[in-house]
Amino acid sequence: MHKTIDQINERIRDGTARVVTAEEMPVIVAELGEEGALKEVDVVTTGTFGAMCSSGAFINFGHAEPPIRMERIWLNNVEAYGGLAAVDTYIGATQQSDTREEEYGGAHVIEDLVAGKSVELRASSRGTDCYPRRTITTDLLLENLNQAIMCNPRNAYQRYNAATNSTDRVLHTYMGVLLPNCANVSFSGAGVLNPLSNDPNLRLIGSGVPLFLCGAQGMVIGEGTQHSPAGGYGTLMVTGNLKEMSQDYLRAATMTGYGVTLYVGLGIPLPVLDVDVVRATAVRDEDIAVDLLDYGVPSRNRPALRKVTYAELRSGSVEMNGEEVRTSSLSSFRKARQVAGELKRWIERGSLQLALPTRPIDAKKLAKPMYQSIQGPRVLDIMDRQVFSVREDEEIITAAKKLLKGETNHLPVINSDSVLVGIVTTFDISKAVANPGKAHLVKDIMKKKVITTTPDEAVDIAVQKLERNNISALPVVDSAHHVIAMLTAMNLGKLFGGRWLK
Amino acid sequence: MKLLVTFSRKKGKKPIIAQAVRDTGVLINVERAVIDSSEGEALIDVPDEQCKLVSDTMIRLGATVHILEHGISVNESECVDCGACISICPREVFSLDKDFRLQLEEEKCVLCGKCIEACPHQALTLPL
Repeated sequence: MHKTIDQINERIRDGTARVVTAEEMPVIVAELGEEGALKEVDVVTTGTFGAMCSSGAFINFGHAEPPIRMERIWLNNVEAYGGLAAVDTYIGATQQSDTREEEYGGAHVIEDLVAGKSVELRASSRGTDCYPRRTITTDLLLENLNQAIMCNPRNAYQRYNAATNSTDRVLHTYMGVLLPNCANVSFSGAGVLNPLSNDPNLRLIGSGVPLFLCGAQGMVIGEGTQHSPAGGYGTLMVTGNLKEMSQDYLRAATMTGYGVTLYVGLGIPLPVLDVDVVRATAVRDEDIAVDLLDYGVPSRNRPALRKVTYAELRSGSVEMNGEEVRTSSLSSFRKARQVAGELKRWIERGSLQLALPTRPIDAKKLAKPMYQSIQGPRVLDIMDRQVFSVREDEEIITAAKKLLKGETNHLPVINSDSVLVGIVTTFDISKAVANPGKAHLVKDIMKKKVITTTPDEAVDIAVQKLERNNISALPVVDSAHHVIAMLTAMNLGKLFGGRWLK
Repeated sequence: MKLLVTFSRKKGKKPIIAQAVRDTGVLINVERAVIDSSEGEALIDVPDEQCKLVSDTMIRLGATVHILEHGISVNESECVDCGACISICPREVFSLDKDFRLQLEEEKCVLCGKCIEACPHQALTLPL
């Protein structure tokens, strides 16, 4: 058996369509079987409500008198894009205020407009023969704008990696606050209710398909940026009229120490055409697994500690290295339910007709990392390969002599196997000399906690280590923890005037 | 009942909490304390019926005492029930109910404020 989209739309018009949410569907399929569920259910609604950084809105202000061709544009001191002719702009959600930094940004401008608050437009221009005006400042309400069209390049991630932090300091990330020593796990996503997880082969979701976007009836434009469904990480580009949106489903937010983002409520109705659709929409939290990544590793390739399902993540804790670690969601499951529920009511009321994609979205695509024609500098490019080191059981005076001989302020300390075990600085030695006491050997005065780098590490990461620890040198170690070079603040001078400043 | 006790250490290091325990005989539970060379702040928990006794004693010893009737509070119009605060809180004050709505057990809160910066919606505030 199968149903056509026209049959389903006819039932929606008649008010006889059976609409259920994606959370209810697995239960129905378990009760009635696939064929039974196909007969029973016409539409499955999905919903998600979470931080979607890649969001924003196109705005048209209309022309001023005398007219201006806006080149630089600010809304409540948040810069908006000025490269779209004379009186159009795009305000991006994550753009931060020039005056209030991460406390206020593009997302807040968008929420303020939706909330009916007035927003100050400020713009400047060179002035041209046809657009003589050079500056303008005016207070605007959403109703004063000709168009305010939300257009989000990357929304509705099919799923998202869970995050933890193995380092010994708190991390502030777009995944929220990550406590040291893997003391918490943060995750995001609606799991069972997620639109793409209910249509992983992208049979039903594609260009032109209607959706719920922040309370408005919007539309799928097509694949989102960084769409990578082959790896389970599909995304969508979506649009909707800001003037029809509600603050209930659109909220600005600030991830402390990271920046501004927009919480977007988004849901897609899925027509139950055949058994394949039934099977796909029967997906449960248990069936959707993501990697639990260590955000303590500052690299694109963060190590996966294990796989976790949304069912585990939502249970409140997951097991990691034999310990129960508490989980926090960044997205709101209650709000995701509200989105799916509201969408269900729209369809039951007959106010939303379904459509199939006018153009399909590629379900096999895999996003590529950035092609970098020039690699940024790595530690090996600037490190000092001449290493003076001292053994831990040598006398302090030996260390002093070596520091003088090497004309350096930092001396790595090694054990009898040549493994790095500490570091002494001219400061440590001066202190030992100024306060003569029991300390005679290097190991008595050395700092045992040594921050190190490796030859392959990006200089940017090494510089972060120097800054964060307020130090001026890092021993460069190999995999056996042997010191093969030193990176000092002085070596960083090589970056200037060199080939890295292209 | 929770009391926030602040004291200056400029006039010498009086062991105010220890003194109050000895004078009143009430076993005081110190839930959080920040003490440096010039001043100190401690959040203590005492049985309700002995609250006044402990408070009066500490004031006599030179401390400033605030009775804390509330823990952290949630602005419900800002909160979206995401739950980002849940795993951050060292005292497990927050949880989601069966409808995935955020629940607070205010009496567990020691006002450490760690959840405040973890809230993406700036919905959490400390009293005072």
